Amino acid sequence: MKIRTFLTYEPQDTWIHDLSGVTKFIFFIAWSVVCGLTYDTRVLAVMILISMSVLYMSKARWSQFSIVVKVLAIFMVLNIITIFLFSPYQGCLIYGSRTDICHLFGKYTLTKEHLFYSLNIMIKYFAIVPTAFMFMTSTAPNEFAASLNKIGLSYNIAYSISLALRYIPDLQGEFRRIRNAQEARGIEMSAKAKLMDRIKRMASIISPLLFTSMERIDVVSNAMELRGFGKKKKRTWYAAKPLKRNDWLVIAFTVVFAAAALIITYHDGNRFYNPFV
Amino acid sequence: MKKLGVREVVAIGIGTALFVVVGFVSIPLGFVPNTDLYPKMGILGFFAALFGPVVGLAIGLIGDLISSLIGGGIWWSWLIPMGVPGLCIGLFASKYHIEDGTFGTKEIVTFNIAQVIGNAIAWIFLAPVLDIIIYAEPANKVFFQGIWAFIGNIICTAIIGTLLILAYSKIAGRSTGLKKED
Repeated sequence: MKIRTFLTYEPQDTWIHDLSGVTKFIFFIAWSVVCGLTYDTRVLAVMILISMSVLYMSKARWSQFSIVVKVLAIFMVLNIITIFLFSPYQGCLIYGSRTDICHLFGKYTLTKEHLFYSLNIMIKYFAIVPTAFMFMTSTAPNEFAASLNKIGLSYNIAYSISLALRYIPDLQGEFRRIRNAQEARGIEMSAKAKLMDRIKRMASIISPLLFTSMERIDVVSNAMELRGFGKKKKRTWYAAKPLKRNDWLVIAFTVVFAAAALIITYHDGNRFYNPFV
Repeated sequence: MKKLGVREVVAIGIGTALFVVVGFVSIPLGFVPNTDLYPKMGILGFFAALFGPVVGLAIGLIGDLISSLIGGGIWWSWLIPMGVPGLCIGLFASKYHIEDGTFGTKEIVTFNIAQVIGNAIAWIFLAPVLDIIIYAEPANKVFFQGIWAFIGNIICTAIIGTLLILAYSKIAGRSTGLKKED
């Protein structure tokens, strides 16, 4: 059983923490879209520089995300290996040429084109992941939900997101306690048990957590109903942050950068930067 | 679209939290990325069956968004399909009779047909196609992953989802166990 660990918000005094959660969210979403679309190595290199410096400026500490980095690194390496095993000449297909480096085994020959394609996939991770870390460590959950409503998301959904972020740590603690209790009673959850047994036992660990959550849903929704939630078209937020000068600057930068990056990427008809012609 | 009630708003919130928390747990099947068994699919099935399509869709999308932020990056091609299974299961929510306490063989079959259809659309079709369009990954690799994800997710939804609904239906249905006296 694999368990991943959290990236959590930590209050600090930096200009990035001062930004509204929505600004950072817009930046992050635009970043991940551009990063997904572009295979232009030059654009990706600039994006890595910017996202690394943003992470640095947000004063996130290595210990806050070291575990996530390790998990991601393993995922990334396995993904690149899997792509090679399934389609060793994907790079050649994309760049339209083939330069062999050395023959490995069977039908697998290492080519410069595929190596370059793999490199591009790899640097995509380096371009996107630091911005996610920055977002998670510098955005207060309740402020984020409030700001989402401010930019037009229905307050019902914004409130759902706020509730979700509010209850994740609680439920995580509860889940851990239930699992420890079940394991203490001798329910084998490690890889030693048979697969089907493990899945069924998982249900027996989840169900106590689920039933207390169902009670919680009733309690919370009754409380909200009694306070008149959903009666009016608008609501106010305690934690909302208005957009300030820096927010608008960041949003403007994001829009301009995304547009420029996409233009540079697509101007020659496809989104791959081809050094082989 | 019907306006969300208070209970649905809370169900999305707490359901998403559960989805994310249980999402930290996975049972690896092999070494290929994205092909682990995810028990969280059972939670998604449960909430979609109980609260309907909007809640199912929202928990899938918001839950996967939060999970991927925590995990360090968004992969659009696997985030967007996550809304589909919940939506599909939720569309037949009125047919499961969970809160009447009569979730039996017929309802189990309906639930599982809905979840297989939803997961098929999401993982055999949508996720690989988006992987190819957005990330230019090789077709045979992403369809292989898609089919494994499909198998893993229908197993998890079938076993964990059905067991959870059965257990809840027994408890929730008990209060309506009164019979009219002759």
